[in-house]
Amino acid sequence: MTAAGEPLLRAEGLQVHFPIKRGVFFDRTVGHVRAVDGVDLAIDRGTTYGLVGESGCGKSTLGRAVLRLVEPTAGQVLFDGTDVASLKGEALRTMRRRMQMVFQDPLGSLDPRQDVESLLSEPLRAHGLGGGKVGIAARVRELLDAVGLPAAALRRYPHEFSGGQRQRIGIARAISLEPDLLIADEPVSALDVSVQAQVVNLLEELQQRLGLTYLVIAHDLAVVRHISDVVGVMYLGSLVEQAPSGVLYDEPLHPYTRALMSAVPVPDPVVEERRERILLAGDLPSPANPPSGCRFHTRCPWRQETRCDDEVPVLRELAPGHLVSCHWAEEIRDGVLRPKSPEEVAATQGVSVRATGAEGLETDALVQGVDEPIERR
Amino acid sequence: MSIEAMPPEDAVRGDVPVLEVEELSVTFARRGEQPTRAVDGVSFSVAAGETVGLVGESGCGKSVTSLAVMGLLPRRGVQVGGSVRLGGTELIGAPDRTLRRLRGSEMAMVFQDPLSSLNPTVSIGTQVTEVLVEHRDMGKKEAVAEAAALLDRVGIPDPTRRLKEYPHQLSGGMRQRALIAMALACSPRLLIADEPTTALDVTIQAQILELLRELVVDSGTALVMITHDLGVVAGLCDRVHVMYAGKIIETADRHDLFARPRQPYTGGLLASVPRLDAGRGVPLTPIRGSARDAIPWAEGCAFAPRCDNAQDDCLTEVAGSTVPLEYDGPGRELRCRHPLTYPAAPAGATASGAGR
Repeated sequence: MTAAGEPLLRAEGLQVHFPIKRGVFFDRTVGHVRAVDGVDLAIDRGTTYGLVGESGCGKSTLGRAVLRLVEPTAGQVLFDGTDVASLKGEALRTMRRRMQMVFQDPLGSLDPRQDVESLLSEPLRAHGLGGGKVGIAARVRELLDAVGLPAAALRRYPHEFSGGQRQRIGIARAISLEPDLLIADEPVSALDVSVQAQVVNLLEELQQRLGLTYLVIAHDLAVVRHISDVVGVMYLGSLVEQAPSGVLYDEPLHPYTRALMSAVPVPDPVVEERRERILLAGDLPSPANPPSGCRFHTRCPWRQETRCDDEVPVLRELAPGHLVSCHWAEEIRDGVLRPKSPEEVAATQGVSVRATGAEGLETDALVQGVDEPIERR
Repeated sequence: MSIEAMPPEDAVRGDVPVLEVEELSVTFARRGEQPTRAVDGVSFSVAAGETVGLVGESGCGKSVTSLAVMGLLPRRGVQVGGSVRLGGTELIGAPDRTLRRLRGSEMAMVFQDPLSSLNPTVSIGTQVTEVLVEHRDMGKKEAVAEAAALLDRVGIPDPTRRLKEYPHQLSGGMRQRALIAMALACSPRLLIADEPTTALDVTIQAQILELLRELVVDSGTALVMITHDLGVVAGLCDRVHVMYAGKIIETADRHDLFARPRQPYTGGLLASVPRLDAGRGVPLTPIRGSARDAIPWAEGCAFAPRCDNAQDDCLTEVAGSTVPLEYDGPGRELRCRHPLTYPAAPAGATASGAGR
């Protein structure tokens, strides 16, 4: 156990590379998809860290690597001072009790043949918690109550519930072991608008009551802004900007964050007409063959002739707690540099606006940046 | 580029609407089961150069409405009632031959999932030229040139090379652009876009919305935009119809709708969306329950079980009649007996009032 001031979770230089295999008889490795390529982050106790980015930027893989559901290629994940990567067997199992996950697809992540009681009591039994049959039964009822489901739900099966209720079951299962860290991977993106708000409110309420620490992974910037204390923006496997949520949304410094922010439609026609839009040229480049220098330079409206193409920007602290990886962040903030139109960017970068994986060689869904979880069976 | 580039509203209104839908109803019946009414008396019209939004959550019947307009619903087990007229031609009950002639040339559709609506075994070029050969009587060579021009128009770089490629070789945004190119091949008078950006990332979504916006302005196509994303509606649509459980419950211009939603459901939807420009810690006000809790319209307002304003006379039993869609100020229609009210001075979108 470490001091209370220490962050609960710290990732240092975390990398996850997936090999691309080719060949019928021999699995030749022809390259690597750099899903996560050197990410440092720290999450303080009782706070929410929001991770945003487009599909294929590696945010889900990062979440899974923290839990060691995928094996990190390099780097460290320190959970409460212990390196998760060094743990084996029983020690890892105990550690996993303290970090739980809520998945995106509530139906796919619940066993259709288990009723709710069995779903919720299984983690307790597996970890030998809850104090016998009577204790577990009482605990399961308590959990249902905590997530706002009636006790009548106990005997029912996942398919009998609506999407929002299923997500509540998934959350109840995740908190059943009283974890310290909850990783929520797109917890509301599969839900209807009116139900999203219910689940977001539930997550916030549980955090206050149980003192949970969240890592929320989502593509919806508005949801992330709403529930996060600190937001990190990922692009092609690395963090491009990290700041307290209010600061990030008031003054985004990285060109990618700015473009992302301006792309989110606001449900208010008055705002919609006023606000400035920064359209990006082209698509996300392939993570198997990321651009040199700054990874965003192929789509960046502020790209400069020097440094951007060949020098990898490091995450610099521009204001307290506000980290940016852009060579020209100050100039862009002060309005010294002006953005170019997407057509100009496309013209100067000709090749790079092609779709990812268009070379004919990289036709894997993974290489094309399709955000699908890597199944391990 | 923004919506200021839209043509003056008066110029496009008042003409004969491109699409008129009247009392459209769709009932799915299966042997041994209660028939389900997915769309229940929906009426709206779209003029040239106008963008109309159909908004609602999953299961409210917005996609079925679009399929019924296109005549794409299966014949078996489906009853379609009411009237759909495209430039005066009745489409409900029209022979297949007529529909086949109209689809692709006069009306076109862009679907939600670009990968499953393209044929994976046929190259993009063949799929785009097919429309041109069929409807515009073009020769093969001519069609290929035209297809390349179309792909170029929707912003696909290096179009001649793309024509030889297959759908899996394109990214999600590219596929959606290719679909839009196919839909535009014959400059249709009506374009129906069914959640065209739901499967895409926000930066790509912004590109596609910009493209659709330009198309409406440039070619005067009537656009029906089906979406659940209120942000998309706010930026793109002139008029918005909010649907719930198969019926339109509120119709308004987008400015009115977002500034002063009258139906408690619309108000609830707006209050439950976290906004990028709102401060953190502003709590969300969700709508109780889920869309499953709707009651049949015959028994009363379908939204009543989830509504905070609901009173006894929302039920048919008490009021003696079902809730009608009524005139509610200029350009607005409302299906509610206890709508949200506002003080005389226009209040913010979050203001909420009690019943009358």
